[in-house]
Amino acid sequence: MTSPLENPAAVPVIEARGLTKIYQMGEVEVPALRGVDFVLGEGEFVVLLGASGSGKSTLLNLLGGLDVPTDGWLAYRGRELTHLGEAGLTAYRRHHVGFVFQFYNLIPSLTALENVALVTEIAEDPLSPAEALELVGLGPRRDHFPSQLSGGEQQRVAIARAIAKRPDVLLCDEPTGALDFQTGVLVLEVIERVNAELGTTTAVITHNAPVARIADRVVMLADGLVHGVEANATRVPASELTW
Amino acid sequence: MLVDALHRKLFRNLAELRGQLVTIALVVACGIAAYVCLRSTWDSLLFSRTTYYERYRFADVFATCKRAPEALRGRLEAIPGVAIAETRVTERVLIPLDDLPEPASGRVVSIPAGRSPALDALFLRSGRLVEPGHNDEVVLLETFAKGHDLTPGSRFPVVFNGQRRQLRVVGTAASPEYIMAMAPGDLTPDPLRFAVLWMDRDALAPAFQMQGAFNDLTLRLQPGASEPAVLEAVDTLLEPYGGLGTVGRSKQLSHFMLSGELSQLEGMASVVPVIFLGVAAFLLNVVLSRLVFLQRSQIAALKALGYRDLTIGLHFLELVSVIVLLGAAGGLGLGIWFGRMMTELYAAFFHFPVLEYRLAPSVVFAAVGISLLAALAGALFTVRAVVRLPPAEAMRPPAPTIYHRTVLERLGLLALLGPAARMVVREIERRPLRLLLSSVGIAMAVAITVIGQFWGDAMDFMIDVQFGGAMREDLTVVFTEPRPARAVRELAHLPGVLRVEGLREVPVRVRSGAGFRDSILIGYPDEPDLRRLLDQYGKPHPLPVSGVVLTDKLAELFDIEPGQSVTLEVREGDRRHLDVLVSGLVGESFGLRVHARAATVAPLLGEEPLVTTALLLVDPATAGATRARLKELPAVASVTRRDNLAERFVEQSRAMIVTFSIILTLFASVIAVGVVYNNARVALSMRSRELASLRVLGFSQAEVGAILLGELAVQVLLAIPAGLAIGTWLAGLMMSTVDPETYRFPVVVSARSYAFAVVVALVSGVISALLVRRRLQSLDLIGVLKTRD
Repeated sequence: MTSPLENPAAVPVIEARGLTKIYQMGEVEVPALRGVDFVLGEGEFVVLLGASGSGKSTLLNLLGGLDVPTDGWLAYRGRELTHLGEAGLTAYRRHHVGFVFQFYNLIPSLTALENVALVTEIAEDPLSPAEALELVGLGPRRDHFPSQLSGGEQQRVAIARAIAKRPDVLLCDEPTGALDFQTGVLVLEVIERVNAELGTTTAVITHNAPVARIADRVVMLADGLVHGVEANATRVPASELTW
Repeated sequence: MLVDALHRKLFRNLAELRGQLVTIALVVACGIAAYVCLRSTWDSLLFSRTTYYERYRFADVFATCKRAPEALRGRLEAIPGVAIAETRVTERVLIPLDDLPEPASGRVVSIPAGRSPALDALFLRSGRLVEPGHNDEVVLLETFAKGHDLTPGSRFPVVFNGQRRQLRVVGTAASPEYIMAMAPGDLTPDPLRFAVLWMDRDALAPAFQMQGAFNDLTLRLQPGASEPAVLEAVDTLLEPYGGLGTVGRSKQLSHFMLSGELSQLEGMASVVPVIFLGVAAFLLNVVLSRLVFLQRSQIAALKALGYRDLTIGLHFLELVSVIVLLGAAGGLGLGIWFGRMMTELYAAFFHFPVLEYRLAPSVVFAAVGISLLAALAGALFTVRAVVRLPPAEAMRPPAPTIYHRTVLERLGLLALLGPAARMVVREIERRPLRLLLSSVGIAMAVAITVIGQFWGDAMDFMIDVQFGGAMREDLTVVFTEPRPARAVRELAHLPGVLRVEGLREVPVRVRSGAGFRDSILIGYPDEPDLRRLLDQYGKPHPLPVSGVVLTDKLAELFDIEPGQSVTLEVREGDRRHLDVLVSGLVGESFGLRVHARAATVAPLLGEEPLVTTALLLVDPATAGATRARLKELPAVASVTRRDNLAERFVEQSRAMIVTFSIILTLFASVIAVGVVYNNARVALSMRSRELASLRVLGFSQAEVGAILLGELAVQVLLAIPAGLAIGTWLAGLMMSTVDPETYRFPVVVSARSYAFAVVVALVSGVISALLVRRRLQSLDLIGVLKTRD
């Protein structure tokens, strides 16, 4: 029997059981995740929906090997990540995961192309940086520095950087959080395209409910717990979103 | 791509940070330059001296006596450990030159005609050596010859044993024995008033009834020979012939004085460079760790992308290495340039014929290595701290400090302050470690400015005590031999003489157990006024009615306390051994001496009161005539003007020290500016987001500036008193390296030096504030808020 949390049709890429994360803030313990079960299936587009403080960023960070859980079990394609150690997590991120952050986290001293190259230089079978930038529609802006690009353009560079390594999993943390509606849609279109064209398993975090309509499945989080999972019968293209 | 993305980042970072980079590199450069300059000058001088000594066969042992038969030479050479014994005839002479108001004093030294002596060879600068059979030929000390325009072919008068003779210069020369050529009893060399004349022994001996005899002996020892044993043996052999004492090289006058001069330099060359380098290294460590800390989110992003910790670490090591190596290149260049200059200056001062600038590879490795290590440690420590965090955490701004109400807030004092001042106080109370490190950095810069100035102060203080307090006579008259006390009264009757006091100076050997030190016993009048006994702080020290006062260092060497007695071996006359009561100790700045009242000395020596030196206070209006009259007196060996002596002392010893001081002060000032500026820049980068937010909220530029600069002001103000204290402490540390038997400078830093250090710190603060304010004006408000860095 399969849990409602899983997509029965898909081969699991990432699996989490009873994932718990407690932050120690000085003398206070702040539980961010309190036993989350979650599965990300091959080629799936999942949106993690929740208010701020619900634990969705923490979950994404754990899934991407940016942080380690306090308790619980986590595996990538059946290989346990929980006890992998620093070097193992670095290799995991380097070869399998692409990240997109709310604040882009580009290196300000490198051009768009060079920011992408940062990844292609250490990946095993990457796209060319130029190709990756073409994919996000930024070919003509390749030699601009982050400070010379708009927020949306910077986020698209970040996406290009994330997908250039042909990751197995693309994890996006509020990719539209710092953008206006139109730019946000543009960025979501790019993510959608990557998922469709490259078949990259994708998880997107948002607190913006309408965005959930572009996903295969929506996982709702609140107070560090999964409060519900919904499968969208039909995915709405990002271009048709309104909010 | 030919250059990978990380290296592109490196180059762009370097270009971006160029302002900070240049100041950090300057700090490194100054630290290394000070180190290299001082160490290499010191090494070069020691090397030049050693080479000079070796090449010109400087003797190991020196002895003088009244008159010993030449036949004794064989027995001297047979002493175990003696390799070569060279006997000579040496005597004091007077040289009445027309261009001098009083005759110059000189020492005539015999050399074998036609060949170089076996020991203490002459370094011929012009002309030739003397030839046999030419009794009027003389080789003259180069410095004296130059000072009086005497060249080969010149003739000049010399008074030998009361007889005036004309001599002909055939050559000018220098000698390792007379690097510091000075008359006995003088404080510093006086090239115009002291000459060494080398003459054929056969020409010289008859003038002093020394045919078939000698009164001066030099020895070369075999390797591994016991010097004390040889000294004792020679003393014993010369005793019947009026031996005046045998000394090793360390007590030879020129070598002793040269060592004294070099020991001042050693104080600078050993401790100072380490302090400078240490301070530079410390600052480098602090500044670079903060610089790297500013890249925290970038480090996290690189980690998130899958870069290994090692790769990230290496990237930052490269960044830091470039800065340090740039600084090191500049510092080495500067250090070598200054070092060469200083070495040449010193070599000219000492008239070393051999001058080789030496830069030991170990000096370079130490300087560059220490700087690099400190920088890498600082950077690595921070990189490690950041990469150890999970990237998710590192990408967030550092966890906020736990806030408590600050002490001032609880006291209700903060309400009195405006919001800007309140923010400054809170920031300081919440991040005391950051404030502490910044302040310590600036304090260290202040401290090295103080020690840059300190040597000049110590010199000035000593000159002031010596020439302003202890020596108050106008003229010092040294008699050819001890005279009855009435000689003083006779001098008092000369026209223009206002007051005369006599001193009795007797060479003695202070002995305790197996150890001894050669010293001088000085007998003062009952109520001395022209020459007083002062301690190192210039405080008069009373002379006891009975017993003697020892230099405290001398007492310390032999573990003697007041109330105990000490053995003095008199080294003239009947050479008696005395046990005298030590009534007191005096902390003098230099020398190891024994002081007493003349009334105490005469009975000890079993003589009527005698004087060897007369101190004169003269009417300035007729001083010239008085000096002319004095030089006619046959009993007078030399007449020295105190003002001349002080001037020479200032010119020679102090000039050298001051040159060093200026260089050190320059380096220290650059370091101070570099540190303060970097502190301010890093503070700006760390808080730019917060400050921009304040601007967005409606704070004025001035208010925002006040928050940042207020913190800077607090750092500088805290650092100043700490820096002055540390500087004074370091000055003491520096003094502790000087041979305490030669100099014991009090650790006195002048108000002027303190003031200078304070001004350097304040000026650095103001310059940094202005530079930072300019950056504050161009703060990108929206940009800063739009992205999280």
